[in-house]
Amino acid sequence: MRIKDPQHLSKVQKECRAALGKFPKKVIVCCGTGCLANGAAKIVTAFEDVLSKRKVKGFSIEAVTKTGCHGFCEQGPLVVIEPQGTFYTRVKPKDVEAIVEKSLAHDEILEPLLYSDPSNGHKIERYNDLPFFSMQRRIALRHLGKIAAHSIDEYIADGGYQALAKVLTSMTPDEVIAEIMASGLRGRGGGGFPAGRKWRTCRDVVSDVHYVICNGDEGDPGAFMDRSIMEGDPHGVLEGMMIAAYAVDARQGFIYVREEYPLAVTHLKKAIDDCEEVGLLGDNILGSDFSFSIRISRGAGAFVCGESSALMRSVAGEVGEPRAKYIRSVVKGLYDKPTVLNNVETYVNVPLIIDKGAEWYTSIGTPSNTGTKVFSLVGKVRNTGLIEVAMGATMREIIFGIGGGIIDNRPFKAVQTGGPSGGCLPESMLDLPVDFDTLTEAGSMMGSGGMIVMDDRTCMVDLAKYFLSFLVSESCGKCVPCREGLYQLHAMTVKVSEGRATEADLEKMEKLSEMIILGSLCGLGKSGPNPLLSTIRYFRDEYLVHIREKRCPAGVCRELITYEINDKCTGCMACISACAVNAITGEKKQVHVLDQEKCTKCGACYAVCKFDAIEIH
Amino acid sequence: MVRLTINGKLVQAAEGEMLLSVIRREKIDIPALCHHEAVEPYGACRLCMVEITRPEWDGWANFVTSCLYPVEENLIVSTHSPKVIELRKTIVDLFLACHPNTPEIIQLAADYGVTHTSYEEVPEPDDCILCGLCTRICETMGFKAISAVGRGHGKEIAPPLGEAPPDCVGCLACAQNCPTHFIKFSDRNGVRRIWEKDFELMACSRCGRKTITREFAESLSAGRDIPMEYFEICDDCHRMETSRTMGRIANWSREVQP
Repeated sequence: MRIKDPQHLSKVQKECRAALGKFPKKVIVCCGTGCLANGAAKIVTAFEDVLSKRKVKGFSIEAVTKTGCHGFCEQGPLVVIEPQGTFYTRVKPKDVEAIVEKSLAHDEILEPLLYSDPSNGHKIERYNDLPFFSMQRRIALRHLGKIAAHSIDEYIADGGYQALAKVLTSMTPDEVIAEIMASGLRGRGGGGFPAGRKWRTCRDVVSDVHYVICNGDEGDPGAFMDRSIMEGDPHGVLEGMMIAAYAVDARQGFIYVREEYPLAVTHLKKAIDDCEEVGLLGDNILGSDFSFSIRISRGAGAFVCGESSALMRSVAGEVGEPRAKYIRSVVKGLYDKPTVLNNVETYVNVPLIIDKGAEWYTSIGTPSNTGTKVFSLVGKVRNTGLIEVAMGATMREIIFGIGGGIIDNRPFKAVQTGGPSGGCLPESMLDLPVDFDTLTEAGSMMGSGGMIVMDDRTCMVDLAKYFLSFLVSESCGKCVPCREGLYQLHAMTVKVSEGRATEADLEKMEKLSEMIILGSLCGLGKSGPNPLLSTIRYFRDEYLVHIREKRCPAGVCRELITYEINDKCTGCMACISACAVNAITGEKKQVHVLDQEKCTKCGACYAVCKFDAIEIH
Repeated sequence: MVRLTINGKLVQAAEGEMLLSVIRREKIDIPALCHHEAVEPYGACRLCMVEITRPEWDGWANFVTSCLYPVEENLIVSTHSPKVIELRKTIVDLFLACHPNTPEIIQLAADYGVTHTSYEEVPEPDDCILCGLCTRICETMGFKAISAVGRGHGKEIAPPLGEAPPDCVGCLACAQNCPTHFIKFSDRNGVRRIWEKDFELMACSRCGRKTITREFAESLSAGRDIPMEYFEICDDCHRMETSRTMGRIANWSREVQP
């Protein structure tokens, strides 16, 4: 069936809503990648099994909805019973029968499956009452956990493609650009460049062809914002791209998504196929003069291909190497044509801005950083997951409010924002508002929104070493400062971690970092030394302890620590079986002995000991 | 015409010209290892970086690779500012850590006062400086037989899958333009060997010398519409032929003009 025009779209919307309203109750099973890894697919199968045997009045398997990521991955697999909003965590397939019997057939609640507040042990029944959700402001994630991830019907029922209809019927491309400019929307990929200005420049370049590209090449370790949006709200991304294409007069769009995101590829592909079938993509969309199609371009997982010029080369089938951008890609981008490249999260904001207006959008966030930002909150924080807050929220609110604080109530040490080329911020910075400008000023960056929380057992030298090794292998290798400079920087960090460095080395590292920033070709190299510089800036003492005292205070750097067994040892022999090199000996119920000669300092004994009998010195 | 200032001197340049070509025209010596007039500028070695500013920038300066930066009216360029020198010194120092035995690099480093690298020498140094000239020239020739493989510090130039490259015609453009002579080839007994691939060399029907591979001749013949017979005679003999013709014309004109 082809949707002929905006009136027809509204009619289809009513039909889709009616179809969805058939069942008074709805079961939502989170099928984001985190929950799927925890066995969400088996939960869905269990519902199918149970419901094939047990008939529940007013309910059928059709009302079991597989949605995108809720964000609370820590507690998955998640099941929500609507309309009550009953929120079940860590659901196992064997729990499904009870859920059907109690919560679907009757209105009872299964107490054991509810979330219990770690601070007081109280059970919380409803989704919206959880601090994890109630403290968030979900705009880009509006559909995640709400509608079936790949269903065009549910998207349309929820008002989807109405923003597209609005721009096609009542707005000129210039008006669309003006609206986006007025909204203050800044690119969510990391740079924070105003999206409207980018579109304006692109539109103003006279050319027979313009392109629109969506950057879904999320490569930061620990980040999964864009992945979840592409998996859980593919139509939101497509609609944003369509509006951008209308604004800059593009007929062809590309979504660059990494091959390692198979579910995102599948859902996007289905969404594109569905749109083509109903005429939301293709020629004369909704009966207008606007024609647009979208192709998926799959990346092979090189971190550098998230950089705009490398990405465009990769889309064109070339080696993914950046080029100098003295002539910007909005002027000369893909196939040397003017190209708008925005990130997944940027596009998904667009339909809502058009729908509700720029004024509404600017009411959220701060004046120069409007709207919200999605973060993937990971590391030593209690509630790891995907969250969205208004710009300007403090890191303390995010980590200790939504995140629930540090695991085991250990002391907070630092938070890494902005991915491998971002920086580490210490406790004194926790009350900084999170926005593009403040984070950059503090020596870190927003990046695409990764947030890695660290406790006192994280060594900052080790951390810098890790991120540098990531960047050394992910540098494209084209320009010398990045390829060789980061390699040397990493080698010097290794020296520090092994206690072989001098204070002069520290100065040399800072000097080399400055040169890498000055001389590198693209953003990867220019921000590459950030993890090192920010840790030196805020944790210089820790570096100095490694250098002067040959000691690692966090007990991480292998060359500088020894494991010792104290007299708390009960002789349980757990460490003996954990040790891969047979360095620990001893009899049952007698204090064990560790042979320092054999010990490789892998930490396996430390991890298994339940009696704090293994000490790090 | 565009007017700009380079090291305090007002100079003129053509619209769209890159800074490096203007700098070199002014006989200012700045190094560039990845630059070649025959191919698009690349910006990999970063040695040609210069400091630029504009009157309205209020003292703010930027650092750009001159090979890729188009000239601008009123631009003020310094090719040897202290920061630029420091950067170049750092780069040659980094180069020397990877290529401690490469004569071209040793010489360049010495020009900047670096005789020993201040960094850690890499475990297995070689002469390939990854300037990308070979791959870009190969691409410009229309073959794309070799490419950069891998990334980061482990990047190298190689044929597909490390095997004899199917698209290579043995033209030697890569080897002849390699600034450090890292790409090796041999011509022996009528056989050329490059990238582990053997090519038959065609013998000149006049002098018998063997200078061009059959694959290269065939690709030129097909791609540029030149009859295959043209390649049966070597370049030297073609030149000889041309000079003889020119000589005849000269003699003839002496004869007819008193």
